Amino acid sequence: MKKNRVFENVVHGIFLLLGLITVGCVLLITVYLIISGIPAIKEIGLAKFLFGKEWASTAAEPKFGILPFILTSVYGTAGAILIGVPVGFFTAVFLSKVAGKKVRSAMETAVSLLAGIPSVVYGLVGMLVLVPAVRSIFHVPDGSSLLAAIVVLAIMILPSIIKVSVTALDAVPKEYEDASLALGASPVETYFKVSVPAARSGIAAAVVLGVGRAIGEAMAVMMVAGNVANMPSLFQSVRFLTTAVASEMSYSSPGSLQRNALFSIALVLFLFIMLLNAALNFFLKRDKEK
Amino acid sequence: MSRKRKSYIALMRGVMYVCSGLTAALLLFLLGYVLYKGIPNISWEFLSTKPSHLTERIGILPDILNTVYIVLATLVIVLPLGVGAAIYLTEYAQNKRVVAAIEYAAETLSGIPSIIYGLVGMLLFSNNFGTCLLAGALTLVIMNLPTVMRTTQESLKTVPQSYREGAFGLGAGKWRVIRTVVLPGCVDGVVTGCILSVGRILGESAALLFTAGFAHAINDLFSGLVSPGATLTVALYVYAKEEGEFGAAFAIAAILMFLTLIINLSASLVGKYFAKRRSV
Repeated sequence: MKKNRVFENVVHGIFLLLGLITVGCVLLITVYLIISGIPAIKEIGLAKFLFGKEWASTAAEPKFGILPFILTSVYGTAGAILIGVPVGFFTAVFLSKVAGKKVRSAMETAVSLLAGIPSVVYGLVGMLVLVPAVRSIFHVPDGSSLLAAIVVLAIMILPSIIKVSVTALDAVPKEYEDASLALGASPVETYFKVSVPAARSGIAAAVVLGVGRAIGEAMAVMMVAGNVANMPSLFQSVRFLTTAVASEMSYSSPGSLQRNALFSIALVLFLFIMLLNAALNFFLKRDKEK
Repeated sequence: MSRKRKSYIALMRGVMYVCSGLTAALLLFLLGYVLYKGIPNISWEFLSTKPSHLTERIGILPDILNTVYIVLATLVIVLPLGVGAAIYLTEYAQNKRVVAAIEYAAETLSGIPSIIYGLVGMLLFSNNFGTCLLAGALTLVIMNLPTVMRTTQESLKTVPQSYREGAFGLGAGKWRVIRTVVLPGCVDGVVTGCILSVGRILGESAALLFTAGFAHAINDLFSGLVSPGATLTVALYVYAKEEGEFGAAFAIAAILMFLTLIINLSASLVGKYFAKRRSV
C-alpha cells in the first residue's frame, strides 16, 4: 500500500512539473530578454535609446535611436486597425446575424484559410502586387512603404478580428434581439443597436488581438516596407520594431553593441506585447463576469 | 418608418454587404493569384531535386524533408509536455493560484510574436548547440505548447466526471484512472492540437530563420536534426527576398496554400468525427 502511495506521489510530481513548464518558459523568455536587453540600454542611455531619432548602427559614429521604429510600429498598427477593424467588424455582423447557413459556412472556411496562410505568402503577394500598385497609383519612386505595410497588416489581422467578433456576437442571448424586434425595431437596427453593444467586450478583445498580431508581425512587413530606418511617413520606406530586429540580426557580430541594441529593441517590443496581453485579459475577464 | 431610420438601415446593410464581399474577394484573389503564378512552376523535378548551381535549377526536396523533420521533432516533444500540463490542470491541480498562473502563462506564450521566439531560441538553443533543425524544433515546442495544452484541456473537460468516479469506486488509483479513463478520452483534443500545431509550424518563418538556418542539403532524419536547414516557408522567404527567384517562391506558396487547405479541412473533419462518436 505504501509503495502505491509513493508511486502516486511521484506521478503527481511529474504532472506538476509538466504543468509548470509553461510558467517556466515565460519566466525564461522574460529573464533572457531582460538580461540581454539591458546592457545596450545602459550603454546608450535610456532616453537616447527610446527617443533618439536616428539609427545608424554601422556608421563610424554609430547612433542607436529607436524612435523611428517605435513610431512606425505604432502608426503601422494604427493604420492596419483603422482599415481592418471596420471591414472585419461589419463582416462579422453579417456572418453572425444575416448570412444564411451555406453562405456562413463557406465564408467561415474562407476566413480560416486566410488565417492559416503563412505570413511570407502575404509578403510575397504584397511585394509583387501591392508595392508596384502603390508606386504607380501615387507616383512615388518606390512602392515599398508604410502604406503597403499597413494594407498587408490590415489583411492579415482580418481573420482574427472576424473570428473573435463572430464568437462574441453569436453569444448574445436571443431574448435581447427578440425583445428589440418585438418593440418594432427592424432587424438591422437590432443587430447594430442591441447585439453589437451586448457583444462589445468580445469585439474589444478582437481589436486588441488584432493590435497584437499587427505589432508582432515581422516577415510580411519585412517584404513590403522597404526596411530603411526613416521616421514614419506614408510613402517612405520604413522599419518596424520587428523588422529592425530581424534585418540586422544575421550580420551583427555576437557581443557587439549593435547586436545588444537589437536585443534591447526586442525587449521594448516584448513590453508592448505584455501591455496588450494585460488589456486583452481585462476585456475577456469583464466579459466572463457579466 | 421615418426617412432617417430607413436610410440608416439601408446604409448599414450596404456597408455590411460591401465589407463581406471585400473579404470574400480578397481570399479569392489571393488564392487565384498564388495558384495561377505558382502551379506552372511546379514540376516533378522541382519537387524531387535539390538546388544546383551547375544547372541553375531550383529544387525543393531538401526543404520538404526539413519541414517533415521539424514537424516530427516538434510534435514528439510538445505532445507529452502539452498533454501532461493539461492533465495536471484538469485532474490534479487544486490550488487556484497555480492554475491561474499556468493559464496566464499559456496565454502570454500564445501572444508573444514569433520574432521574439526566434531571438530567445537563438540565445537558448542555437548559441549552445549550433544553428540546426533541432534548435528550431525546440523553439517551436515553446510556441505550440499552449495550443496543445488548450485543445487537450477542452477535450478533457468533456470526459464525464461519473467515469472517473466509477473507476475510483472500483478501487483504481489516480494514475490508473488517468491511464485508462482520462487519456483515452482526450484523443480528439490531442489530434486537433497536432493539426493546429502542424499548421503553425508550416507557416512559421521568423522563429526559424535564426534558429534553424537556411541550408538546402538533403539529409536523413537524424543528421538533418543536427544540421541547419530551411523549411518550405523559410525557403520561400529566402528565394523571394534574398535571391529574387519569384517563380520558385510562388510555387512554394502554392504548395503551402494546398497544405493549409488540407490542414483546415482535416481539422474540421476530425472535429465532426469526434463530435459524432461522442453523441452516439
